[in-house]
Amino acid sequence: MNRRTLLASAAIGLGLSMTGAAFAQDKLKVGFIYVGPIGDGGWTFQHNEGRLALEAEYGDRIETVYQESVPEGADAERVLTQMALGGADIIFTTSFGYMDATNAVAAKFPNVKFEHATGFKREHPNVATYNARFYEGRAVMGTIGGRMTKSNKIGYIGSFPIPEVIQGINASYIHAKKVNPDVTMSVVWAYTWFDPAKEADAAKALIEQGVDVILAHTDSTAPLAEAAKTPGVIGFGQASDMISYAPSPRVSSIIDNWAPYYIERVGMLLDGTWESTDAWEGIGGGEVKIGEITDAVPAEVKAEAEALAASIADGSYHPFTGPLNKQDGSAWLAEGETADDATLAGMNFYVEGITGDIPK
Amino acid sequence: MVMLEKRPNPSRFWTAATPVLAVVLTMIAGGVMFAILGKNPLEAIRTIFWDPLFGEFAWYFRGQLLVKAGPLILIAVGLSLGFRAGIWNIGAEGQYIMGAIFGAAVGLAFYPMEAWFIFPLMVIAGAFGGWLWAMIPAVLRTRFRTNEILVSLLLVYVAQSILSSMALGALRNPEGGGFPGSRNLSQYPSAANGELIAGSGMHWGVVAAFIAVIAAYVLLQRHILGFHIRLAGQAPRAARFAGVSPNRLVLLCMGISGALAGLAGLFEVSGPAGQISIDFASGYGFTAIIVAFLGRLNPVGILLAGLLMALTYIGGENASTNLGLPSASIQAFQGMLLFFLLAVDLLSNYRLRLSNRETA
Amino acid sequence: MMLGGINPAVLIASLMVAAVPIILAAIGELVVEKAGVLNLGVEGMMIMGAICGFAAAVATGSPLMGFVGGALGGAALSVIFALLTQFLMANQVATGLALTLFGLGLSSLIGQGYVGIKPPPTARLDLGPLSDIPVLGTILFRHDVMVYVSVAAVAVVWAVLRYTRTGLVLRAVGENHDAAHALGYHVIRIRFLAILFGGAMAGLGGAYLSLIRVPQWTDGITAGAGWIALAIVVFASWKPWRVLLGAYLFGGIAVLQLNLQAAGARIPVEYLSMSPYLITILVLVIMSADKSRAAAAAPAALGKNFHASR
Repeated sequence: MNRRTLLASAAIGLGLSMTGAAFAQDKLKVGFIYVGPIGDGGWTFQHNEGRLALEAEYGDRIETVYQESVPEGADAERVLTQMALGGADIIFTTSFGYMDATNAVAAKFPNVKFEHATGFKREHPNVATYNARFYEGRAVMGTIGGRMTKSNKIGYIGSFPIPEVIQGINASYIHAKKVNPDVTMSVVWAYTWFDPAKEADAAKALIEQGVDVILAHTDSTAPLAEAAKTPGVIGFGQASDMISYAPSPRVSSIIDNWAPYYIERVGMLLDGTWESTDAWEGIGGGEVKIGEITDAVPAEVKAEAEALAASIADGSYHPFTGPLNKQDGSAWLAEGETADDATLAGMNFYVEGITGDIPK
Repeated sequence: MVMLEKRPNPSRFWTAATPVLAVVLTMIAGGVMFAILGKNPLEAIRTIFWDPLFGEFAWYFRGQLLVKAGPLILIAVGLSLGFRAGIWNIGAEGQYIMGAIFGAAVGLAFYPMEAWFIFPLMVIAGAFGGWLWAMIPAVLRTRFRTNEILVSLLLVYVAQSILSSMALGALRNPEGGGFPGSRNLSQYPSAANGELIAGSGMHWGVVAAFIAVIAAYVLLQRHILGFHIRLAGQAPRAARFAGVSPNRLVLLCMGISGALAGLAGLFEVSGPAGQISIDFASGYGFTAIIVAFLGRLNPVGILLAGLLMALTYIGGENASTNLGLPSASIQAFQGMLLFFLLAVDLLSNYRLRLSNRETA
Repeated sequence: MMLGGINPAVLIASLMVAAVPIILAAIGELVVEKAGVLNLGVEGMMIMGAICGFAAAVATGSPLMGFVGGALGGAALSVIFALLTQFLMANQVATGLALTLFGLGLSSLIGQGYVGIKPPPTARLDLGPLSDIPVLGTILFRHDVMVYVSVAAVAVVWAVLRYTRTGLVLRAVGENHDAAHALGYHVIRIRFLAILFGGAMAGLGGAYLSLIRVPQWTDGITAGAGWIALAIVVFASWKPWRVLLGAYLFGGIAVLQLNLQAAGARIPVEYLSMSPYLITILVLVIMSADKSRAAAAAPAALGKNFHASR
């Protein structure tokens, strides 16, 4: 009762600038805002796995709350405010579209920490951003794909032409080309993150064009299921491991693994060392995991892919290392030069050799 | 056996009492569902219906209720005119999107100039965009007798494609690091549709919704056009004898509903949502159809229905976050509430009679 | 034969598969609307069919039981609609939309334990030498059984509506329920059964998505297919064979645009992605502008509730 009246009067007195956390209970309250349902089997599912890992790690010291399927825009701002009012100490907002809402609410709750995934705005000291270098995983997939393809045609199902997807297309193409100079890549844009039937159609269209390696940047397992219908076609798990399609067509996978980051950041908050940072980890940091490479892949290819992943992980190799030209033939990276993060984060061009235009 | 006898006029008592009865029935049925899901039903019901209005943080949620209900009411009022006349505009979602795009485009064209006339111009452009999009099915129906249900519905998908393309191309924020999405209009003072009284949730869209309710009420009660609309719906042939041109009515009703949906989109994009993004559309245009019918196509009824819908959204979110209920259970709960509201409506139009007579 | 890098025979075969869920749901909805009932809850019934079918198939290991389960799931949800609109006189448009909302929520609750599971595979129908015929074999004889079921469903509905007494009564109820009632037909009972049929067909369409087309369970798997089915019924002007035509047209363009992309055609993707909708509208406009045809009229009593007042 006391706490309630105290909160209410403080709320009236300070308007929105008050924070529930200041009077909070002993447990640290960790909030998550999801863009889809947990049952999407992909993006949101993996973030929720991270949340569960967090609970397993800290047990009674924390409690977690979450909200599924929060539309971007006004609704996100309200849900964030509601979580902050409800006493959350740190809130992870797990989609790019929450960027402005996260910063707007962070301004009103200076004592609550906010962590925004895949964005770049940190307008307040209590906002941090984090992302994963998925393109590192794509480089490994490209290597396997380049070695495995018999038709020398690799297909890529893109969702929307945003930097993250373009990084993935470029990284997989560069590495497929490196091991197999005859490789060409066809890109199909689904214009959706999630429409299983359409993703299956896209995979089918690619297979009919002679593609025998399919990389998908949409969320469902539909492309793998479609690949399974044609012998000799392989694909990769995307976002989650999709192990039920192993050993073929799923020969490996690129797994979003948010648990290490969530555990680290909440740990920092627990011992008071949290500060606003911009994290962009990849295979090395454990955020991107390469799912088990199955026996459908010859041992030497498997070894090659694993060596590549290891060299990316220890930092001795960067997937975007020159010489590389842009699609129009203009020079991008000189011999030995590696791409800087700013260019990567805003990547809006194909590398030389990929045909077709990026939709505008 | 129980007989239904149609009342000559809807019962006043039951018209007022049925919504309350429906809410009570939903509480019982929903409570059972929440209990099955292993949550305390009383707590869940309290969180959904009571807390947003009278709970600890009601000062925040009451305003948010208006933010959420505003666009629903604005769109539903427009739709109700057409529905009364038997004109089926199912595509308000598309008109809402186009209004937002047109309005935002005008605002962004002036960026970064500051002038008083920018926002009024955006309002006009928003209404025009929605109107224009609604004119496509309207003109096709009057010219070629093409069914407006199909055209307006399919144009929603077209509008969504245009929206993605705008977010990725023409309206993309040039300083957004290559990410999709326009500049944030709510951070551009001349184009921002901010809160009129801080913390109240009142923005121009909510004001417009209230004006639309009053205007529609006056129109239907006092104006000859309102009479024609009601006549065309109840007795199409009589309407024709009375000199009502069906084509003119189609153009008018579609135009009004399109313009209001466009306005709702504009107020949303310049205020609560802030920017044109791929996921800007969150289904207001479809939910508004439910709101229109829940309100029995009556402007005052729509006002109340819109607020009730908004309450279930906001209360549902609270329950979902605070009690860990899956968001799907909230959707199912909303569905139940609608079922009960629609079912008990029977009591206001029919009398239950016990009789021994066999039905014919 | 190849056109612009695309094999037309393969394309036609794919569009037949792509259109199956829409055909099944649309032909069911056509019967419902012919009986004078507008059920906008197709999306909800489809997704209930998708999860119930998936659950049944996983539990029994039999795809056939999956389809039975899907049909039952869709029909079960449609019972709510039937009770509300036929006995409690609820508004059909609003009830249908509420049904979609409820179905999406309930399916997701049921489906929580089924994410990431693979359903038992459905075998392709073995038609022996027929499937080896060049071109025709590719187009017609290499499908799973449901592709043929979908076409058969259209044929059966067409024949029943046109040639049988049941069809006549159904249409009478949809055109003028008062007259049908005066003639002694049980309007409510007929409509109730039509709604159940519509629900079962939508459920079957949903089960096709989760068992064959995708095949897996994820939240929101139908992704709007139910709405397209509704549009196709209107497109078809309530004529069964035109449902098939409409679904093939829509499915065909949807598949074609992806094929064009895969083949590297130089058409901007944003236009391609809206093309199925625009072309469907365009074709409908052309068909409805043709004045020589009888007006493409909806069943006269569509969406109106019946009450035997006497």
